Amino acid sequence: MTAVDVTGKKGTFPRGVHPPEGKAYSADMPIKPLPTPPEVRLALLQHTGAPCEAAVKVKDEVALGSVVGTAGAFVSASVHASINGTVAALSVATLPNGRHVQVVPVKAAEAQLGGEPLMDDMYGGDWPTDIDGYADEQITTAVREAGIVGLGGAAFPTHVKLTRNEAKPIDTLLVNGCECEPYLTADYRLMLEYPAPIITGALLAARACGAANVVIAVEDNKPMAIDALRRALRGDGVRIAEMKTKYPMGGEKQTILASLNRRVPTGGLPLDVGVVVVNVGTAAAIARAVVRGKPMTHRVVTVTGPGIEQPKNLLAPIGASYAQLIDFCDGLKPSARRIIAGGPMMGFTLANLDTPVTKGTSGVVVLTDKEVRQADETQCVRCGRCVDVCPLNLVATKIALAARHKDWDLAKRYHMAACMECGCCAYACPAKLPLVQLIRMGKVQMPRE
Amino acid sequence: MSETNDTSAAEPAPAPQPITTVAPSPHVGDKGMTTRRMMVDVLIALSPMVVAALVVFHNVAVQSLGVMAICVVSCVATEVLFAAARRKPVSVGDCSAVVTGMILALSLPWSCPWYVSMIAGVSAMVLGKMVFGGLGQNIFNPAMVGRAFVMICFASALGAKAYVGGEGLGDIVTHATPLSVLKEPGQAPNLMALLLGNTNGSLGETSALACLLGGLYLCLRRTASWEIPLGVIAATGLIAAILQLNGSSMTVLHHLLSGALLFGAFFIATDPTSSPLTPKGKFIFGLGVGGVVMLLRTLSNYPEGVMFSVLVMNAFTPLINRWTIPKPVGGPVPSRT
Repeated sequence: MTAVDVTGKKGTFPRGVHPPEGKAYSADMPIKPLPTPPEVRLALLQHTGAPCEAAVKVKDEVALGSVVGTAGAFVSASVHASINGTVAALSVATLPNGRHVQVVPVKAAEAQLGGEPLMDDMYGGDWPTDIDGYADEQITTAVREAGIVGLGGAAFPTHVKLTRNEAKPIDTLLVNGCECEPYLTADYRLMLEYPAPIITGALLAARACGAANVVIAVEDNKPMAIDALRRALRGDGVRIAEMKTKYPMGGEKQTILASLNRRVPTGGLPLDVGVVVVNVGTAAAIARAVVRGKPMTHRVVTVTGPGIEQPKNLLAPIGASYAQLIDFCDGLKPSARRIIAGGPMMGFTLANLDTPVTKGTSGVVVLTDKEVRQADETQCVRCGRCVDVCPLNLVATKIALAARHKDWDLAKRYHMAACMECGCCAYACPAKLPLVQLIRMGKVQMPRE
Repeated sequence: MSETNDTSAAEPAPAPQPITTVAPSPHVGDKGMTTRRMMVDVLIALSPMVVAALVVFHNVAVQSLGVMAICVVSCVATEVLFAAARRKPVSVGDCSAVVTGMILALSLPWSCPWYVSMIAGVSAMVLGKMVFGGLGQNIFNPAMVGRAFVMICFASALGAKAYVGGEGLGDIVTHATPLSVLKEPGQAPNLMALLLGNTNGSLGETSALACLLGGLYLCLRRTASWEIPLGVIAATGLIAAILQLNGSSMTVLHHLLSGALLFGAFFIATDPTSSPLTPKGKFIFGLGVGGVVMLLRTLSNYPEGVMFSVLVMNAFTPLINRWTIPKPVGGPVPSRT
């Protein structure tokens, strides 16, 4: 299979929605390190896959980057200390997605790496584009040991994607810089301020999985990020693909369709069409792990929205609490009505701000009544707007109402399991039906064959 | 399902503490898009036709306005009474009853007696909508159900003679309606008159231009799906073209511009509830409406066929939906083995 060259034409996919972007709140705020919090709480399951085993005991001294949770299974990712400190008694936390997970709390020591030195250590300095010195397995092993997971939100362990599969060769590594969720600007700031590690990481990932082509896909509402990436290219064969701004362009199936004109089979993975997709933040983390031998301890988190006093893009240690992030941004406005972990289209509501930040946390968006979708549901008038916006070409109203009435035959006939829960249908619904939630519940409730 | 329940933020922030809510995603919605907004769109789109009707029937403007008022009031009142009787929340706020009333009125002649208009309005709401469970539940277009009811019960009040007024009422209402004229062999009305509306007919079927204006607005606002009018016009045009080649005095344009064809294509057939869900299904539905209209116009005793053809195709909507289930991007869900 060869990559379809769509250079010069902006990639897009059929249907989708255009929610207000809301990126202006934080787009011009440079990435700032969060001051080291007094305590971080490191969840032992913050990825898709098997949980880690705690590798430390109470009162153990840990340093930035030392392992606190080891991954036993292949589809798992180790967890590393994100600050210097002392381990406290293991406890349990509820993550925004509702999962109860074991956490390793670490009390901060006096001496910490912070401020500019931390930024330099993370993304600053020089990044090589000549990666011939790195062998495939060496890259995959470094990625695995660094506990890198996809930073776009699903948090799938990256080394699994990079591991070669003889039956399914990879020809293209796609770096996802679309960031189609409204309000979020973490990926944008990273591309703008630190394009070099992204490109190095992309080249390393491509080498690991055996991809000949490297494409970085960015939505056209981020021209400055596209410029910065173009300037950082040094004749290394990386192609920047401009995408039309549309939600959910950043969904990997949509990015692949828009940039390479390939359709990932329903129920399949990008590797079924010869593609591996990594987020820009993941690419930078790969570069850091392979070139500098540093594990995944921090990530860029956007704290933004009309309900936040001072929106910011923060480099936060994994395990910092949402309360610490929000406090550092001068707190909530009195009008704050909903606090969302992630973006407003697919993110989860937070009810408890002591929840720790995980590797998959891309942002905290605080909305006021003005933006929050009202929940006063009326009858479906069968207008078909949900059909007009579904990026997967499903009939959301039929699936959702079949799920509500537990009519599983009907739900199956309308391909319920193909839904990726992007939320376009519920966004567009004039009757304000909770379409995605009904489908989500239907998927869980439908009896397995 | 209740989506929100209040929880106070566990945020040690300065007083007053914001009250936050939890709910499943998506947390934002298209604020400009509500059912009410769609219905108001239809009313806006109907306004050129109301103006055209009042201009064309200026000599009987009072009667014309009376028909509209009676239809709207009876539809709204019926919905309120029915909701009260069922002890359900009254949903007239969504303006759908007003839309039904207006479309019904525009499909009636100016001379329609007050009790016929009222019975049409009541039966539209009761038989067309409320017995099925209200908004979004009906199978047939309510306005057309109401019109069909009175057309059968009060045949003379809605027959061709009802459109022709007595002495002293001016030119237009003394002429037969164009489609009745055409039932007589060898005659064809003036095309320009059809376009501008200088012809007799139901209140809403005079000016093709006013209808196109409102219809295009609806399609641009995506309140009506363009696939339906396109299908209606394509099927009607095609069949009319074949008839024209066979020597009919009615040209394609005569068929397209006369009677309620455009009104039906843009305003009646596009009722979301009783038309299919997918773009492909909508186009097939439109083709069906156009086809049945031409069948009735050429073969039946009625001069016009829009009402019956919409009702017939409404009955096919569930089947069309079933035939046009779209294939997901990436193919069907693989079965577990």
